Amino acid sequence: MLKIRDLQKSYVSAGQTVQVLKGVSLDLAGAETLALTGESGSGKSTLLHLAAGLDVVDAGDVFVGETNVGKLNEAGRAHLRRDVVGVIFQQFNLIPSLTVEANIAFHARLAGKYDADWCKRLADRIGLTEQLGKYPEQLSGGQQQRVAIARTLAAKPALVLADEPTGNLDEETAAQVIALMLELVSETGAALLMVTHSSALAAMLDRRLHLRAGQVA
Amino acid sequence: MRRQALIALLSYWRRNWLQFFTLLAGLALATALWSGVQAINAEARASYDAAAATLGEGQYTQITANNGLPIAVEDYVALRRVGWLVSPVVEGRLDGVRLIGVEPLTAPQGIGTTALSIEAELPSEPTLWVSSGVSVDGVTTVETPELAPNTAIGDIGLVSDLLGAQGISRLLVLSDQPVRQPPLESVVQGLNVQTPQGGSDIGRLTDSFHLNLTAFGFLSFVVGIFIVNGAVGLAFEQRRPLVRTLRALGVPLRTVIAIMAAEMAVLSLLGGVIGVVIGYFIAAALLPDVAATLQGLYGADVGGTLAIRPVWWLSGLGIALLGGMAASASALWKLSRMPLLAGAQPRAWSMQAGRGRVIQTIAGLFMLAAAGIFALIADGLVTGFALLGTLLLGAALLLPMVLNAALALGQRLAKGPVWEWFWADTRQQLPGLSLALAALLLAMAANIGVSTMVSSFRQTFVGFLDQRLAAELYVTARDEEDAVALEQFLAGKVESVLPIEQIDVEANGLPAELYGPIDDRTYRDNWRFLSQVPQMWDIVQAGEGVAINEQLSYRGDLQLGDMLELPGITLPVVGIYGDYGNPIGQVIIGREVFKELYPDSQALRYGVRVLPEDVAALTDQLVSEYGLPEANVINQAGIKAYSLDIFERTFTVTGALNWLTLGVAGFAILMSLLTLSGMRIPQLAPLWALGLTRGRLERLEILRTVMLTAWTFVFALPLGLALAWVLLAVVNVAAFGWRLPMFVFPTSYVFLLVQALIAAGAAALWPALKLGRTPTSHLLKVFANER
Ligand SMILES: Nc1ncnc2c1ncn2[C@@H]1O[C@H](COP(=O)(O)OP(=O)(O)OP(=O)(O)O)[C@@H](O)[C@H]1O
Ligand SMILES: [Mg+2]
Repeated sequence: MLKIRDLQKSYVSAGQTVQVLKGVSLDLAGAETLALTGESGSGKSTLLHLAAGLDVVDAGDVFVGETNVGKLNEAGRAHLRRDVVGVIFQQFNLIPSLTVEANIAFHARLAGKYDADWCKRLADRIGLTEQLGKYPEQLSGGQQQRVAIARTLAAKPALVLADEPTGNLDEETAAQVIALMLELVSETGAALLMVTHSSALAAMLDRRLHLRAGQVA
Repeated sequence: MRRQALIALLSYWRRNWLQFFTLLAGLALATALWSGVQAINAEARASYDAAAATLGEGQYTQITANNGLPIAVEDYVALRRVGWLVSPVVEGRLDGVRLIGVEPLTAPQGIGTTALSIEAELPSEPTLWVSSGVSVDGVTTVETPELAPNTAIGDIGLVSDLLGAQGISRLLVLSDQPVRQPPLESVVQGLNVQTPQGGSDIGRLTDSFHLNLTAFGFLSFVVGIFIVNGAVGLAFEQRRPLVRTLRALGVPLRTVIAIMAAEMAVLSLLGGVIGVVIGYFIAAALLPDVAATLQGLYGADVGGTLAIRPVWWLSGLGIALLGGMAASASALWKLSRMPLLAGAQPRAWSMQAGRGRVIQTIAGLFMLAAAGIFALIADGLVTGFALLGTLLLGAALLLPMVLNAALALGQRLAKGPVWEWFWADTRQQLPGLSLALAALLLAMAANIGVSTMVSSFRQTFVGFLDQRLAAELYVTARDEEDAVALEQFLAGKVESVLPIEQIDVEANGLPAELYGPIDDRTYRDNWRFLSQVPQMWDIVQAGEGVAINEQLSYRGDLQLGDMLELPGITLPVVGIYGDYGNPIGQVIIGREVFKELYPDSQALRYGVRVLPEDVAALTDQLVSEYGLPEANVINQAGIKAYSLDIFERTFTVTGALNWLTLGVAGFAILMSLLTLSGMRIPQLAPLWALGLTRGRLERLEILRTVMLTAWTFVFALPLGLALAWVLLAVVNVAAFGWRLPMFVFPTSYVFLLVQALIAAGAAALWPALKLGRTPTSHLLKVFANER
């Protein structure tokens, strides 16, 4: 589902070029889950952003399905994010002006894959049926992240990319949220790439990959 | 600690210089608009006083000799000695040029142009101030374009020498006279006092012009207050996280508030100073038109230059300070009530505003209710302006609620997730934009209101002028004998002579002036009626009906067909005409009936119809051949042309002010959008991450502003028309005693809408482009960093 070959990315900051990714390669099959770990600044988020088409590749190839993300223009990348991948971040995933219910349905409707029953079931599974009329800021952090997960999976993406989705949560809640996410991901048959700092969480996934200074260790 | 807090709060501006600039510019522009209009207004008023004292026709109470000969200098001296405040004027023609000599020391304030005040400082070289193209042999002339055509003005001594005149042509009676004053006849014989006539109708219309400007000043003041309020509110909003941090670090709230209040005072004063300077230039740019307007009316210079009056400075600085402090007071109050841990997220802010919104809506409804009550009881200027104020404030307060309802409707009707989000998100933006939108609302309403008023005014008045000033010349005889001679003199020389005869009567028990005009094309062609029966003039001239003016119809509750009882005769009302310069009732009956009722009446005043090209020659003949004093011959064609010109100029001025107000409102929107754009990124980043391109978001941002403007216009239109109605039907009636009919000008409203949409689109463009160019790394940071 995701095939990365010799991926390179550098940033220029304060006049200095920082080589963040120095030729990373990885493979992720459909319905497989992979944990990406590594110390802070090792380039995990960067890699995830490139895979999601949120940023532009310097060199190397990123294939999502058959699509070479590096060859897409901005509209093409937007299309990819809308229809093929689902991204979950550490925070600020939700649209503040929409209710929980509208947030859950939003991505699916945007991608034209809205399924009311599925959305309802998701809301039920994340245990927020009672909160559907509320606005994101009225929810706790854990609840917000569960809504973000439901929203992503409501659109049934082929590839789910999650960047420390539980980074702001306590250990116990984090484990619950990740367990729920894994359950739902396996139900939709999507592939999952999740960045995490926690070995405990990483252990819950099929495989684990460690980045060190921009290279697979 | 105080020092550290101050440094922390001020450091904010260093990082946000653009916002600092917009806040300052907002204050400056609001002040500029206010002080600019004030400047024009004050100058126009000063000019008005000068113009009222002009040497022109019929504006001033005058003393002339019964026999039409000059007044002896001894008589003048005698009058002044016993307390009559009079000023001598020598007038005559030299080679076709009208020469006027005034006495600078005693002349009414502002009389005889700025030229004469300059003269006081010049060496004794004889100088005349002349209108363009005029020259007088043997005298230095200074061209003064503001003078009425073919006129020269100078010191009374010089003019007397040039004319070889003995004595004084007439004496101007100053408007302020001592209370105890011996009657004229007891001081000198053979003189009479003439109160201003004819032209006074036009004087009243000039008053209306002032009222127009006053109303505009008032409106721009309100717009200004909203803009300042918006700018300051947003600046405070943005520093809320900083305040939170300072408080968390143990700085007392009181200290924070004191520092911010002091900072605002300094900023307000700074913005005020800049604003007054800009206002001065605005006024200076517009003033020549205003000056020309009044000059055109009176044929006298009223000074096209702007004097710097301390009042403007003070009122400009005052308004900036007041607006700044008022705005920061409400912002500080909100700040002090915000829970310490409430985040900087806009949603928290809008929830807080939720409760405030209820209060605001109630206050708005209360204001509108008050406006309704004022509308019912309004009978004076104070209630009229109170009505204006409550109406505008109420509408502005209700605007967010109305817009919110409109947006909720849009949300319900929206198709597709993006559009649903668009409406929902716009609703969320409302609290941050509502002040700018309120300013826009008021600017557009003022625009509609004032232009409707001016246009209605013009439409009405052009018709009225055609009717009242149809005759080319207006001639007054000195006495009844003179009148008979004058009629004979004129017979055959002119197209027709229209005697204006007037008897004071009681009509249905009400005081009225009775007129019996001859049957002439002038009346049939030019008079316009508010309502009339067919063949009205035939019926009137046959002695079978009367025409009355609007005032009498109001006062006597008379409609067409009602009977009007006059001394000796009772006739039905067959026509009602508008009479816009006159507080008294009028009745017109047929010539024959009039002569039967008043066989001994003799006209003293005449309208004279001549071909336009013969006007000058006939005037000359009447003065030099027949010997009528210059002041007794009024060129109405000239007055009419000037008057029509006035409205074009009034249009120019109000048009320019309208544009400025709209521009400032557009600027307020720009400012709000720029300020909000910082908090927009976390709101928009999720959408971008979900697959909306930055270009699409950019276009939606512009569309949002344009759409809000369109909705605001929908609300502004009825408000503007209500405003026009208040100005025409309440304020004007209170100020002048007559009501102007209101005309509606749909094309000009559409034009305004287009202008406003363009202004709003332009205002939205920059923030939207800025957003569209936001680097992706910026957008991505939203998801990773604790903000
Ligand atoms: N837009 C950017 N401009 C400049 N440097 C950047 C940018 N984004 C990331 N970097 C740098 O790239 C390196 C890798 O960043 P990245 O966010 O991928 O690390 P990470 O592994 O996700 O770290 P963390 O575990 O802290 O989230 C860091 O040194 C970071 O400073
Ligand atoms: Mg990271």
